[in-house]
Amino acid sequence: MKFQFESFADFIAMNNHGPYVWAAYGITFIALTYLLVSPVLQKKAFFKQQQKLQKLAQSNPDGQGIE
Amino acid sequence: MAWQWFHRLGSPRWFYEKTSPWLPWLTVISIALIVTGAVWGLAFAPADYKQGNSYRIIYIHVPAAFLALAGYYIMAISGAVGLIWKMKLPFMVMKSAAPIGALLTFISLVTGSIWGKPTWGTWWEWDARITSMLILFFLYLGMIALQQAYQQRDTADKSSAILALVGMVNIPIIYKSVDWWNTLHQPATIKFTGKSTIDPSMLYPLLIIVIGFYCFYALVLLLYTRVEILRRENRTQWVNDLVAKSK
Repeated sequence: MKFQFESFADFIAMNNHGPYVWAAYGITFIALTYLLVSPVLQKKAFFKQQQKLQKLAQSNPDGQGIE
Repeated sequence: MAWQWFHRLGSPRWFYEKTSPWLPWLTVISIALIVTGAVWGLAFAPADYKQGNSYRIIYIHVPAAFLALAGYYIMAISGAVGLIWKMKLPFMVMKSAAPIGALLTFISLVTGSIWGKPTWGTWWEWDARITSMLILFFLYLGMIALQQAYQQRDTADKSSAILALVGMVNIPIIYKSVDWWNTLHQPATIKFTGKSTIDPSMLYPLLIIVIGFYCFYALVLLLYTRVEILRRENRTQWVNDLVAKSK
């Protein structure tokens, strides 16, 4: 197994196919990162919102004004 | 006794607790495999004698397309299980699978289009394989839209499960499109029976990144499903305890 290009510049250029190859990899990278980060942020937001609701319930034990 | 695991599997809480320790492992394995496969494919696999370097897009195009299809099976089967055994958890899995599948189908369409330009001289062709993949994308979008169209959780779940099952018709069409019609898209190069028409030096990085994508899919599906479980069970004691502990 050996590096297939003469130099790093060659690797980036990919014999004039560089823009296509790097665009495809770039878009995929962004999309996969979004898939991974989005549920993590959603979970954080859920906990934050629920904590607020719990606080509200504690300061108002009869539940008046909630729901 | 034999059925006990099946009933447990239907319990969102059990699922949430059991899958927690898997997450770090899946994260490490999937990132390691995807990075290895991508670097190998980009820099160390030989260039294609006909297509040159543009073929290196195969290392993301093929795994994304595989998972776009496999994800549809998972979505439709969970929908069916939810309908038949009236379980809550499968519907949550089904709902979570829709946006992931949509994005993977989008990746396979876009990378295919970018690959098509230097190879076929066009960004888009109304070819059987490409058109049936576009329909798959719309089916995923339809699932997302249908989930949001109903106020009633139960109605949304049941009707989108039916949509997922009806959409299964499209899957064999996608697989067979390159054989049934004279398409621009090349036929399958990896075969489980018979000899693959791709050189081992190009095949190994592809297999590595395909396995990496499968692990990544499992990870992301778990993450989305777990958030969905929390949302739907937000009135239960165990979720309230989790929230209280997280302060």
